[in-house]
Amino acid sequence: MKQLGGKVLFLDKDDINTDEIIPAKYLNEDSKKALAPFCLEDLVAPGFDRARDLPGKGAIVSRANFGCGSSREHAPWALEANGIRIVIAESFARIFRRNMYNCGMLAAELPFDFIAELFRRFSGQVTELRVDLDSMVLRFESKESGALEAPLSLGGFELAMLRSGGWLDFAAARY
Amino acid sequence: MGKTLAEKIFASHLVEMPFDDTWVLKLDRVFCHEITTPIAIADLQERGMDRVFDPKKIKAVIDHVSPAKDSKTAEQGKALRLWARRHGIADFFDIGSNGVCHALFPEKGFVRPGCALVMGDSHTCTHGAFGAFAAGVGTTDLEIAILKGVCAFKKPKTLKIELTGSLPAGVYAKDVALAVTSALGMGGGTDYVLEYSGPVVDSLSMEGRMTLCNMAVEAGGTSGVCMPDATTVEYLWPFIGPGGEALFFTRDEALTEYSQWTSDKDAEYDSVITIDCSSLEPLVTYGYSPDKVQPVRTLGEVKVDQVYIGSCTNGRIEDLRAAAAVLKPEVRKGRKVHSDLRAILAPATTEVYTKALEEGIIDTFIKAGFCVSTPTCGACLGMSNGVLASGEVCASTTNRNFSGRMGKGGMIHLMSPATAAATALEGRICAARLGGES
Repeated sequence: MKQLGGKVLFLDKDDINTDEIIPAKYLNEDSKKALAPFCLEDLVAPGFDRARDLPGKGAIVSRANFGCGSSREHAPWALEANGIRIVIAESFARIFRRNMYNCGMLAAELPFDFIAELFRRFSGQVTELRVDLDSMVLRFESKESGALEAPLSLGGFELAMLRSGGWLDFAAARY
Repeated sequence: MGKTLAEKIFASHLVEMPFDDTWVLKLDRVFCHEITTPIAIADLQERGMDRVFDPKKIKAVIDHVSPAKDSKTAEQGKALRLWARRHGIADFFDIGSNGVCHALFPEKGFVRPGCALVMGDSHTCTHGAFGAFAAGVGTTDLEIAILKGVCAFKKPKTLKIELTGSLPAGVYAKDVALAVTSALGMGGGTDYVLEYSGPVVDSLSMEGRMTLCNMAVEAGGTSGVCMPDATTVEYLWPFIGPGGEALFFTRDEALTEYSQWTSDKDAEYDSVITIDCSSLEPLVTYGYSPDKVQPVRTLGEVKVDQVYIGSCTNGRIEDLRAAAAVLKPEVRKGRKVHSDLRAILAPATTEVYTKALEEGIIDTFIKAGFCVSTPTCGACLGMSNGVLASGEVCASTTNRNFSGRMGKGGMIHLMSPATAAATALEGRICAARLGGES
């Protein structure tokens, strides 16, 4: 299976909503790529500077209830258009989480304490996340703080979506 | 052990469980609007799968930006229009007959007890007011729903929300919805069906129940649900009775049939909360999340720049009546909305607009100094009209107050239509004086 990973963008805020990920006024764009410049445009989070922090990232680590609000799949698309295909959070809103897997992207929950530990150790550092879907391990690493691993726990649906690339190919062939 | 309504709908609509945690359900309805559907249509076309599973079960509307505001939104409207035509989707609603989806589709009688339905819109949970399972989904789920008439869900947990007591005068379904959101918190209902029950729900009209279910998603709920009863049957009677599809000859027959779509008395709930509504008072949100709620009385002095009455939460005829009842006595005295603000009314549907005209409600709003917009989602999501400038404040009957939603740097306070009307007159957030029209 393909390797997942990338540099981590830390967003230290609960309840980051889909309006913050991609404002509604851009929902009239007709392609996923066109959303790229507007991703996280309205987000105000401690220490977050969009111009400095967003470029070059492949993953987000955030807090509780990530992706709440609207059903817009434009939210995962806007992240993907910026190279981000992984979000790790304490919890997710249902539709956002499903949209991520439907697009073959990873939305994984980690316990409150582990997320807190990630922020403590790695926030503000260049941190690399590696996702190993064979051994089901998440590995965070920075030069300053070394490595920290967490077990990845996914259900059958989630694994199938990551393997098949998303719900569309799976369901179109099956139903 | 008995079953909850959600469990009954899941069991009766199950196609298969391809994985332990995944229920693929057969859908009775798929609703579509012009913002989330065109990308699904384009993708299906690209894949050579431009088909629909059943044109009779698909209903579509142009509502978010209507009339179109620019070339891009015009293209979105065009894509939906041509698609509906191409596939013979007869129930397609455009300017002249349209309205905000979650007000329009119920008004047309499309939602029935026991239905499973999806739409590419988070406030689809509204339709659970009819005893249906109704969930918002993203574009990929919508695409498969359009193509195959199925959608996958996790097994539902049900959270029962007992609404006891009775609503004091001046307190409305919106206040109850805000109280529930506050009690659960923004993620408190995630992966739950929120089942509203108790004497307060029993006494609410279908409009009120829709307002309640509309905000289920603000606490993360998958669908809101209310048990179908005589009120549900009465609302649906023009569609299901002898004057409509003639599914039933008497209301009792309908009630008996629909009573299968209620939770069993011995159903087991995953969680239960109780809210005594007798002690509720008019509520309002503060800050940038819908669970930050407090009594209007304790808010302090908040001046507003714009008042917005409308949306899938509170743009129905009952909402307009409640707001007009606050305005009318003042309008008779020659009073208008406060000179420091602009006030916008967006009746949720063409039918609501027409009824409001007939009842003299539009006249009251116009004399009060409101502008009356065409039925559309409008200011609610800051995508077309009624956008705020930075630093401006809007008193709004909508459902979301996220930062930037109605315009960058704007602040939205959510409240009931009666509170919004009183606020429009005073220029600062305040509850309506009791007694109404005297």
